[in-house]
Amino acid sequence: MEPILNVKNLTMNFGGLKALDTVNLTVEKGQIAALIGPNGAGKTTFFNCITGIYEPSEGLVEITPPGKPTQKLNGLKTNYVTERGLARTFQNIRLFEGMTVLENVMIGRHCRLKSGIIKAMLRTSSQKDEEKQAVYDSYEILEKIGLDQYVDEMAVNLPYGAQRRLEIARALATDPFLLLLDEPAAGMNPQETKELDELIVWLRDNENVSILLIEHDMKLVMSLSDNIHVVDYGKKIAEGTPEEVKSNPEVIKAYLGDESEDA
Amino acid sequence: MVTKKEIKQSFFIALWFMVLTFPLMVIKVNTIKNIVVFRWTNLIWVGIVGFLASLIWNYFLRMKDEKKKADTKDNIPIVHRLLQNEKFRIPFLAAIGIFALVYPFVFPMYHTSIMISALVYVMLGLGLNIVVGLAGLLDLGYVAFYAVGAYAYALLNLHFGISFWVVLPIAALLGTIFGTLLGYPVLRLRGDYLAIVTLGFGEIIRIVLENWDELGNGPRGIGNIPSPSFFGHQFNQHNSVIYIYFIVIALVLLTIFFVNRLENSRIGRAWIALRDDEIACQAMGIDKFKTKLTAFALGATWAALGGVVFAAKTSFINPMSFTIWESITILCVVVIGGMGSAIGVIAGALVLILLPEYLRAVAEYRMLVFGALQVVVMVFKPEGLIQGVRKIYKFKKVEE
Repeated sequence: MEPILNVKNLTMNFGGLKALDTVNLTVEKGQIAALIGPNGAGKTTFFNCITGIYEPSEGLVEITPPGKPTQKLNGLKTNYVTERGLARTFQNIRLFEGMTVLENVMIGRHCRLKSGIIKAMLRTSSQKDEEKQAVYDSYEILEKIGLDQYVDEMAVNLPYGAQRRLEIARALATDPFLLLLDEPAAGMNPQETKELDELIVWLRDNENVSILLIEHDMKLVMSLSDNIHVVDYGKKIAEGTPEEVKSNPEVIKAYLGDESEDA
Repeated sequence: MVTKKEIKQSFFIALWFMVLTFPLMVIKVNTIKNIVVFRWTNLIWVGIVGFLASLIWNYFLRMKDEKKKADTKDNIPIVHRLLQNEKFRIPFLAAIGIFALVYPFVFPMYHTSIMISALVYVMLGLGLNIVVGLAGLLDLGYVAFYAVGAYAYALLNLHFGISFWVVLPIAALLGTIFGTLLGYPVLRLRGDYLAIVTLGFGEIIRIVLENWDELGNGPRGIGNIPSPSFFGHQFNQHNSVIYIYFIVIALVLLTIFFVNRLENSRIGRAWIALRDDEIACQAMGIDKFKTKLTAFALGATWAALGGVVFAAKTSFINPMSFTIWESITILCVVVIGGMGSAIGVIAGALVLILLPEYLRAVAEYRMLVFGALQVVVMVFKPEGLIQGVRKIYKFKKVEE
């Protein structure tokens, strides 16, 4: 299978600190991949590097959107990365609090809409149609994610689990082919986590997106993932199916510590 | 009701006020007889008033907290509820419309004149509201664009004899250009840094105007700026004020019309997203820089339009009209009116500009009262006089 995301030798230096050290990672079409590792291993830095929030010091980030040629993402600004079909959520929820739930999703549609200032001021028929379509599309996404009951609520008033789902809905509105989820289950109760598990599988099966997620909830990771990448201290230490990773001595050492260190 | 703690607190506040005002309210030096008079009764009054004021203050603060707990959802301002209700909307707007129509004929010219000032501030406020209220860019040099508009009219008329109506679109364009030019280097900054740099830019424009004698006579300013004509007809002074009044009304309506459309468009949503969370906003595919620049340039456009009207109304401009205080006043209009709320900004401008005029009745205390009112508004309604509400969309399925 052709990988849709191909990261080669990604290195990120913050001054003298090597947050990421020659990390290789690929995500294939239709895959749910997970990136795991202890706290401070560089997982979120990895996301930030691919999505253009940081510019990687070295290495190559390539994407192959379905039906399109391979493109390089290095050095592109975040908004252009999103335009090319990579959407992400954030570890600490970053919703637009001054807007309603629907408008939050409509913001996700932003880069797929075209009307500018002049059209908005004159409210041309093409702008009106586009707005109507955007409202309709956004509502449809909320229905799919199961948030349609909150449509006119202010985003900030939503319960925690719903806020996390809204982040996914918003990312989905940008029409991505790859979703990057940064700890989507953080702070969720077991019931919410179970629903999230179902949602992610459903997204992969019905929305034609592949998923790369960072997660600490091992139960969720093991049940969801087709492929797991493990990083520790900025280095990739293992890759494989859940079974392989579980029994990998390096991974066990990273998570539980070396016996010799305990002395 | 009033708790023991509150009484105790009020007691100490009263005591504190008595100490504070002692030199002012109690001691009086009679320079003719060379004696010092102690007015002890004043001290008692200060104590009583301080005590009661503190009790009332605490009472209202507590009411505010309780109200907040009671309803978190239904805090939509009454004006918005009136406007949303079909039954009230038409009569409500009609009443305002009729009032605005007859205003200059019913009230003396002085009142029309200050109403024009207030309406110019409505325009400026709505323009700055785009920059500060929607896009969240703290701009302290907004008056620079106001000056651009005013000087554009004064100079173009002085040198080329171009009339008000032709200058209006030219000034708007100039405002946009200046906004873009100044915005381009400045908008890389954010928050406090942006505020300081825009403040500097505002001052630069004023100082240039003050010292560049050849351009606009420096501090002596430009006089004899003609008031707008009506298809070539020039009104006398009295009618001219009424005419300008209606021009400003028209411009304000136009501003409200466009700003309202922008606010609920793709661009408007991008501004608010930018204000709420810059990183998430970019991750949603919004070009941060372009969005900021459009907000800045559009805000400048309305400031320039306001400047043209200002020049036409006063018929004389000099750099003293464009000091940092103007920027602060416009910012106050936006903040006290309600950030991001068009109706709030209109209310804010009317209150903030008209109030000092009508407070002349209390003469020397008017600025004191004015300042106190601003503090009261910010303590009890920190979100502004009339909070903004977001549009609720109606769902009609679109057939594809």
